[in-house]
Amino acid sequence: MHVAIVGNGVTGVTAATRIRQKQPTWKISLISGESTHHYSRPALMYIFMGHMMYRHTKPFEDAFWEEQRLELIRDWVTGIDTPGKRLMLYKRQSLAYDRLLIATGSKPNRIGCVAEHLAGVQGLYGLPDLQTLYENVKHTRRAVITGGGLIGIELAEMLHGRGIEVTLLIKESSYWNRILPPEESAMVSRIIEEQGIRLIGNTRLREILDNGSGRVGGVLTDAGERIDCDFVGTTIGVSPNIDLLRNTSIETGRGVLVDDSFRTSVTDVFAAGDCAEIVNRNGRPNLIQQVWYTGKLQGEVAGSVIAGEERTYAPGIWYNSAKFFDLEYQVYGQVNLGLPGEKNLYWEHPGGRASVRIVYTDEGVIGFNFMGARGRHRICERWIVEQRPLSYVLEHLDQAEFDPEFAQRVAPAVRRMAKEQAA
Amino acid sequence: MNVPSSPLIDPQTIGYVFDEEHTNYEEPPGPSGHPTHPVAKICAAFAAVGALVLTVQLAAPDLAGSWVGFLAGFGLIVAGTSGYFWFCYKDTVPGIKHDRIMFSSTMHQGIIGWALGLFLTGFYMLLYWYPEYLERAIRLVDPLALALAGQPADQWFFYGFLYTLAIVTFGVRMFMKYRHSRYHTIRTSSVMFFQLGLAFLLPQFLRKIGEPEFYFSYFWPLKYDYLFPGTVSYLLDTPGTLGSFMVGWGAAATFVITPVLTYFFGKRWYCSWVCGCGGLAETLGDPWRHLTPKSTASWRIERAIIYTVLVVITATTVVLWLNTYETSAWLDKIAEPMREWYGFYIGALFSGVIGVGFYPVLGTRVWCRLGCPMAAILGILQRFFSRFRITTNGGQCMSCGNCTTYCEMGIDVRAYAERGENIVRASCVGCGVCAAVCPRGVLKLESGKTHKDRYPGSDRPLGALRTALKGVGICGDKDGYV
Repeated sequence: MHVAIVGNGVTGVTAATRIRQKQPTWKISLISGESTHHYSRPALMYIFMGHMMYRHTKPFEDAFWEEQRLELIRDWVTGIDTPGKRLMLYKRQSLAYDRLLIATGSKPNRIGCVAEHLAGVQGLYGLPDLQTLYENVKHTRRAVITGGGLIGIELAEMLHGRGIEVTLLIKESSYWNRILPPEESAMVSRIIEEQGIRLIGNTRLREILDNGSGRVGGVLTDAGERIDCDFVGTTIGVSPNIDLLRNTSIETGRGVLVDDSFRTSVTDVFAAGDCAEIVNRNGRPNLIQQVWYTGKLQGEVAGSVIAGEERTYAPGIWYNSAKFFDLEYQVYGQVNLGLPGEKNLYWEHPGGRASVRIVYTDEGVIGFNFMGARGRHRICERWIVEQRPLSYVLEHLDQAEFDPEFAQRVAPAVRRMAKEQAA
Repeated sequence: MNVPSSPLIDPQTIGYVFDEEHTNYEEPPGPSGHPTHPVAKICAAFAAVGALVLTVQLAAPDLAGSWVGFLAGFGLIVAGTSGYFWFCYKDTVPGIKHDRIMFSSTMHQGIIGWALGLFLTGFYMLLYWYPEYLERAIRLVDPLALALAGQPADQWFFYGFLYTLAIVTFGVRMFMKYRHSRYHTIRTSSVMFFQLGLAFLLPQFLRKIGEPEFYFSYFWPLKYDYLFPGTVSYLLDTPGTLGSFMVGWGAAATFVITPVLTYFFGKRWYCSWVCGCGGLAETLGDPWRHLTPKSTASWRIERAIIYTVLVVITATTVVLWLNTYETSAWLDKIAEPMREWYGFYIGALFSGVIGVGFYPVLGTRVWCRLGCPMAAILGILQRFFSRFRITTNGGQCMSCGNCTTYCEMGIDVRAYAERGENIVRASCVGCGVCAAVCPRGVLKLESGKTHKDRYPGSDRPLGALRTALKGVGICGDKDGYV
């Protein structure tokens, strides 16, 4: 049995190790054109900033692949012959498989303007972008970044750290407020501006201007403002990377359509991670998840299914985290969704650099949001599953703290505030 | 680097050529970030003037030995260096400050790093084996030695003085660099206090009042001669009760205080809060913490060496004691050579010349990682008989590698964190930097309510120890670790 996995990101690699655990004798191949070894994509920014070398971002020692008998193929897949069960490769002829996992991840969204291919315009997704960035910063004194998500602020931090003047254009009124509740969004916006980065809300990029020699010279916003710059970062989100499947019989929607065991419409072909669109049969919208953690969880389930175990994907309580400059962020459960009956208890440190939000309904707690403070995953998750009432959560909030020893305690402050509000 | 035609990655970017394994990832071209604070530059100039003042006194020994010369030299260096660090970090937002470390010649094995390594190694060689060449330098600290100890400086006073200066000035750097984290500021205060008070001022004061020079913060087997029969009888023979107290303290520290505190707090109570060697590594050594090798192979080497040193010092101590009771020609023949061998090869060459001299090349804590027998004992206690663990926060790890990169003890922290496992490793000194650098808040150093819930099998520590000793542990891989 030969399992071919297209993509060596977290999903592909998690699936590969899972299959190896279950099937010691199968042949497993990991194919990637981007890098020989699996690396941690979220760590790209640290390579550029000089916190780490590329080798530090590889979660496994190089000897691991041979020990686990996982064959690494450095090549691009150019097509899939599903009836013949073969992959077309760019450098090699082709590769026969018995089972196939498509784990090609995402690709950055394009802004769709003519000048997008000017030198100095780029996104930040993989190693090629890092390579381009090294070239582009040579010429960069002022940068404009469009897109108010996690990659946008990462790119802002990277450029700002080089002493480059950065302007961040976001279409929302304050940073990432589709995801962050208003107070937290305001806190991050404040942090961005404190760094000396210009944050312009309610604004989209209308046009990228040529400086006359094929490089970026500036941008025009939809408010009519012209901003001179030598670099434009386009970080307006990602979409499933499914170009590879264009001429195949594998069904696609926005992503590769799969059931909740990651089977596609074609037998023995599976898809998981960012590129997969899980079809929901209960009339709810299909599920596309594009964060590291879901990639890992999906890879684990897909790997088990490919290895012959019957499993279905149950993502469980949502969680995520990020860091905005020096401000850490963690979320557990449902926050900022405006659900019926939703109530919020929000505490913010007077210094404006830490906050805790507890979201609850009459049935119990449904979500936690931590800024500048750390929450304990297992505890928050358990309380949400057990639908603990707010009073219980407040009483035991110390258990949910995950800040380092001697750090300023948040639980007593939250309790005190809750008591004052009740009085 | 080679630039692909399209910056966006999709299957069309097939022309993409990049040897990511062999690229140097040097400093990106273009602007180089934020300029140094002007006052920091002035402070650096002050430190340089201080160094010049000392150089003049070295060249003209008649000028050396005065308070004026001492203060103008060392005072300016300490104030200048501390001020430099202070102002470098002053206007930055508190948080992790690791920008450009990998591009730095000083911090990332560049020419300056290698030169510093050679300088430190050379200094230790002179100190241990050719102190006569340091004679003029030693005279520079006479005023302080006379004031503190009532006698002129010798090479060990000189060394202790420089050591303390390094911990204090680089301690200021730690305060500023980690000022967002109270764990680090309190821990740094602790190592500064123990070095300055218990490992410098107190022993010198004891000399002044005619008592034995005793270091209350160092114990056997790190301070190996404290349980040697020669030292014990010397202390017991000292007039007054203080000598006997010192013997009692030394024995209690090794056999009672160490296991009890390690059970409750882990190895860190000593290694990164009290110990002078740890203190130097946590302050002066901090700029090189990421250089520590993290491979399974280096871990294997570390274990082989550190436990050998432990066996050797234990054997030496036992032989020396046997030799005081038994008079056999055979023991007579080996006891003294063993003591001398250990003192030369381990006490001087390993712990000093290599153990500190190689910081800028092999990463900080070379001695603590590879050689210290005290660390070996604390490590076994921590691994099997302690409540201490680094807890992994559920599934939040995204494998970025900051924790592993900045672990000064060479632990592949990420390997545990990404699997959601607690980190329970013999070598962990509990410095807390992994938890601080984690951008996702995944790690927390803590002592649980019990030792039983740390890893599968930790409810039966003796069983776990037995399994480890059977061979898998000390020589095995990540799943049968010590």
